[in-house]
Amino acid sequence: MEVSRHWRLKQQRYALVGEVCPSCQHKIFPPRDICPDCGEEARTTYQFSGRGEVFSFTTVRNAPTGFEESAPYTVALIKLDEGPMLTAQLTDLGEKPVEIGMPVEMVTRRLRSDGDRGMLVYGYKFRPALKAA
Amino acid sequence: MHSTPPPEVYVAGVGLTPVGEHWNVSLRELALEAIEAARADAVGLRPQALFAANMLAPVLSGQTHLGVLLADFAGLRGIEASSFEAAGASGGVALRQAYLAVRSGLIDVALVIGVEKVTDRVGPAVEAARSMAGDADHEAVQGLTPAAQAGLLMRRYLHESGAPEDALAGFAVNAHANGLTCEHAFMRRGITVEDYRQAPRQDDPLNLFDVAPLADGAAALLLTRREALPSGGRPGVRVAGSSVATAATALHDQADMLGLSAAEESARRARLQAGVDPDQISLFELHDAYAIFAPLALEAGGFAERGQGWRLAAGGQIGLTGPYPISTFGGSKARGEVGGATGVYQAAEVVLQLQGRAGKNQVAGASTGMAQCLGGAGATAATHIFVAE
Repeated sequence: MEVSRHWRLKQQRYALVGEVCPSCQHKIFPPRDICPDCGEEARTTYQFSGRGEVFSFTTVRNAPTGFEESAPYTVALIKLDEGPMLTAQLTDLGEKPVEIGMPVEMVTRRLRSDGDRGMLVYGYKFRPALKAA
Repeated sequence: MHSTPPPEVYVAGVGLTPVGEHWNVSLRELALEAIEAARADAVGLRPQALFAANMLAPVLSGQTHLGVLLADFAGLRGIEASSFEAAGASGGVALRQAYLAVRSGLIDVALVIGVEKVTDRVGPAVEAARSMAGDADHEAVQGLTPAAQAGLLMRRYLHESGAPEDALAGFAVNAHANGLTCEHAFMRRGITVEDYRQAPRQDDPLNLFDVAPLADGAAALLLTRREALPSGGRPGVRVAGSSVATAATALHDQADMLGLSAAEESARRARLQAGVDPDQISLFELHDAYAIFAPLALEAGGFAERGQGWRLAAGGQIGLTGPYPISTFGGSKARGEVGGATGVYQAAEVVLQLQGRAGKNQVAGASTGMAQCLGGAGATAATHIFVAE
């Protein structure tokens, strides 16, 4: 079930809380405690805006266990406005074609399910930005 | 303190099984076939230590502890044995460890055995197992798979380089042309650029021919020092360069994902150790689990400028008679993608080339060969350079 595993990540999964390096001001997501830029300790929490743009994207056709119901789904590399990149599914696309550079914003959605009696995992996905940032 | 130089490391024997869907053969039987072939090739040399390479057995076969499992089954009970996992780079990483053992002078004969047994399972379970090589908490949880990572890289590559949509066709055509005449290849049929253009879409922009077929296989190498090499009139093959380098685990954390920094760094170190330039390398076995990794590895390895690697395939320069032969036995695309065994297959293939034993796949006059396998989307890279003497 791995409940604790997902519970302990709730701040980053639901609220996009990362870190900022006190030494070089580098913004860090997901949190990793040591700044990847300057190597100093970085444990100061930082609230990301949830806005960014599509760096690349693709469609998953052969889904892994837990994602079969969603397939095919679009997954993207999102460059956050504050700098870091993350991997997330795109959602609420409608008829809108996805393009590199498209502005997107974070929403919370169900990520995966483990059968009828299993745990549901929620977290961030990104949708086309509704209004200009 | 002594000043004796460390022993040079040579390949005493190679063995590999045909890659395919071996439903009648188990993981250990497949490994044994390769081990016996390598030992026969090395005229019965007995290893003192076994280095196993595998990626998926703990998940797909419910089996850990492969070092002892394979030593025991191969009649080598009692020797030192352990297994190494670095996703798709496992084979190169195990080879590196065996190299270090012989180079240290503490081990006279080391056996590297790469084995992958994947066809007992199909579908979502296999995709999930392969996805474990990424960042579980930040990639796999989003449903990201290795194919999707390749799709992300390929779209970005086409975007940044301005290459046409069918820019990678030449890599699949070359791999299949070489697979056609390779006895251990899974896919033994040629394809045309037109076949490529009409292939069904996978994780776009990938199409079917941008994706290597996953299959079962095992390959083995015996390493030793020069004095212990069996005499047999074959050219000796020396491990002239050996390097493992790493980048970020997650693709999104790589500062310059198209630069394939681990591949660049490990190739640079291996070339420095071997004292060779890219132009002196007769052939390059790269890890084309997805076609996009071919141009990226060519660029990272110094064979092409950034964003220009695809032109080598489009210009027909990667064939057996071209200036930069790659995937000379079909690569992952046509030989078959064998996960953690890939690095050992590649090394065995380079050795066959350098000893003039490549048959219809022979690169004429091959004297220096490079093998490079990747774990994840370039997170780990293991590069080895071999020189014929």
